Amino acid sequence: MTKTIVVTSGKGGVGKTTTSASIATGLAKRGYKTVVIDFDVGLRNLDLVMGCERRVVYDLVNLVNQESSLHQTLIKDKRIENLYILPASQTRDKDALTIEGIARVMHKLKKSDFDYIICDSPAGIEKGAKMALYFADEAIVTTNPEVSSVRDSDRILGILQSESKRSKMNEEPVKEHLLITRYNPGRVKDGQMLSVDDIVDLLAIPLLGIIPESPTVLDCSNEGKPVILDDDSEAGQAYSDAIDRLLGEITKPHRFMEAPKKGFLSRLFG
Amino acid sequence: MGFFKFFQSSKEDQSAKRAKDRLQVLIAHQRTDRTGPDYLPMLRQDILDVIKKYVSVGDDALSVQVDQQDDCDVLELNITLPEDAEATANALSVAKRRAQERAQEATGA
Repeated sequence: MTKTIVVTSGKGGVGKTTTSASIATGLAKRGYKTVVIDFDVGLRNLDLVMGCERRVVYDLVNLVNQESSLHQTLIKDKRIENLYILPASQTRDKDALTIEGIARVMHKLKKSDFDYIICDSPAGIEKGAKMALYFADEAIVTTNPEVSSVRDSDRILGILQSESKRSKMNEEPVKEHLLITRYNPGRVKDGQMLSVDDIVDLLAIPLLGIIPESPTVLDCSNEGKPVILDDDSEAGQAYSDAIDRLLGEITKPHRFMEAPKKGFLSRLFG
Repeated sequence: MGFFKFFQSSKEDQSAKRAKDRLQVLIAHQRTDRTGPDYLPMLRQDILDVIKKYVSVGDDALSVQVDQQDDCDVLELNITLPEDAEATANALSVAKRRAQERAQEATGA
């Protein structure tokens, strides 16, 4: 059975593409045949974060318009077995996508025995974002501990509940997961940042993971390497934990929620 | 900075608390719009427009909620009038004058 997971948020710049890259890579690393699709037609970026920007020949719009085959369009990752990237078109706009066209692509992917299809949604609640979430079985709602991001996440939850295929067909609702990114436990401790509990309280959906704010995330995207492949970094480990929970280990304890203890002097002068 | 912060009472700096309070109101609002009947946002706007004819209030002065009690739906309206009594009185006298003008027009016509 193929599972389709959308990575969405409403707001831009919260880490959807970073998350899509790491979740897809993590699942493939565990042996699942995984494809990650960039739905941000016109503003392609997943290829950069995955480090395959120079290997893009055909794209999602070509595939939707039946100008290329699945085999020609998918880019096979060079590091991880079982991982494929389906890039967005850079020259077209979101109107090039249709539900029927995407449905055909999804059908082809399912026939090719993919275990997971990860859909990297564009920001906003316009056509591109709605296309990305339409076929979802599950949704990873990426949220920063910040007012506008939390509000937009709630908005996108409403759209998942009313405009996904599952809701329109009266099927079992899309399974929702909350992923908090750019979390800074130090600022939470000082009362300057919404805490995990605050956000879970407000959005009222199950928590998949907490990704701490970390310079490694930028380092990795500079290099075109999903941060989950950096086993030494906290962000990488946090994504790895999130994969465990996604695969069913829901009781796995959350890490990186505590601020490092500061000594008396550094508290005084820090 | 750290030196002064250390002696500050920690409560003063808790902007996160304000963020949460504001979001709670906002999200409750967003959810009523989404779970309530389709006409609710429009109904809310119309009622608000009527209130604004008489009292000068902000867009957030009216909260509309639909609750289920036993087997009937209860529509709850909450209108927050401005605290400034003078402003309210002024607004009311303006409203009264307008009503009188309208009545005169009606009788004149």
